[in-house]
Amino acid sequence: MSLTNVVIAIGIMAFITFLTRVFPFLFFRKGEPPQIILFIGKFIPPTLITILVIYCLKDIPLGTLPYGFNELLAVLMVIALHLRFGNPLISIFGATLVYMFLIQSNLISRLFS
Amino acid sequence: MFIMNYLTGKYQFKTITLAFKATTPVLFGYLAIGIAFGLLLKDAGYPWLVALFMSIIVYAGAAQFLAVSFFANNLPFFEVATITFLVNFRHMLYGLSLFDKFNQTGRLKPYMIFALTDETYALLTTTKDPAGVNAPRFYFYIALLNHFYWVAGSAIGAIAGNFITINTTGLDFALTALFIVLLLEQLKSYKTRIPFLIGGTCAILAIFFIGKSNMLLAAVISSICIMLVLEKRIVENESN
Repeated sequence: MSLTNVVIAIGIMAFITFLTRVFPFLFFRKGEPPQIILFIGKFIPPTLITILVIYCLKDIPLGTLPYGFNELLAVLMVIALHLRFGNPLISIFGATLVYMFLIQSNLISRLFS
Repeated sequence: MFIMNYLTGKYQFKTITLAFKATTPVLFGYLAIGIAFGLLLKDAGYPWLVALFMSIIVYAGAAQFLAVSFFANNLPFFEVATITFLVNFRHMLYGLSLFDKFNQTGRLKPYMIFALTDETYALLTTTKDPAGVNAPRFYFYIALLNHFYWVAGSAIGAIAGNFITINTTGLDFALTALFIVLLLEQLKSYKTRIPFLIGGTCAILAIFFIGKSNMLLAAVISSICIMLVLEKRIVENESN
């Protein structure tokens, strides 16, 4: 995206984000919000996050060396770190460092070839 | 005495100190994630001022991380808007528990609403009002300090990106890792697995039928439709 388009996109994102935050103050002043908002608000996060995880992983090249092994190991690393320590910062940065090492050292490809 | 303190700024200082103490857990999280965000955006080829600008006016962690990938993939504005809306949809429920507190903040109320992130929401709804200070001011400083940590982290990351000579290849995995962590947390907090299955199935089908570059919106819209059809089952499944 060009810099101009990025600035426009940021403006759009700022507006939409503020809209979600101001929404209850504008529309839910009296009583409970509508059932459908409560339902979507409660159950959209797990659905959306699942989609976003797949979105993040969709561009892994599976057909060529190292056949997605770097990503597989890094994903397992996030899960292992998170189950062990339960600290999001350790899980995110630990796994990212491992991934950077794997991809920069090209370790897996060397083992295979 | 009280008035003297107020006039000399002592009173204000005490409020800021208390707010700072309350926000220290957020300090490290926002700085670290903010630095990663700044580095990523800089890495994607945009000037550091863009990271600063974005963190000041958008101020939404997950959406900003995603945006870096959106910019790189040249996603249409409409799609950027839709995904931002859905990623931040949860905020629509946050305000509900803060009507009373925010109504006390007077002319600062618009800022309080703007700055309502997950972490600020968590602090404002769980921290007890400290004795001897003006409560609305205390809320304001909590929101302001959190915002400041996020902006500072983003700027540090983006500026550091100019000087860092190490190879940053693979840094973009931080986005994937962030969403996997969020997924693990959600698997823990929901009993029902139906929303995860719907999201996963729709995403994979969208990749097969529509293609990688346009899968996001198709997956999101189709899964929301299916969720609405299965609303009763999902709610029952969650409560059983």
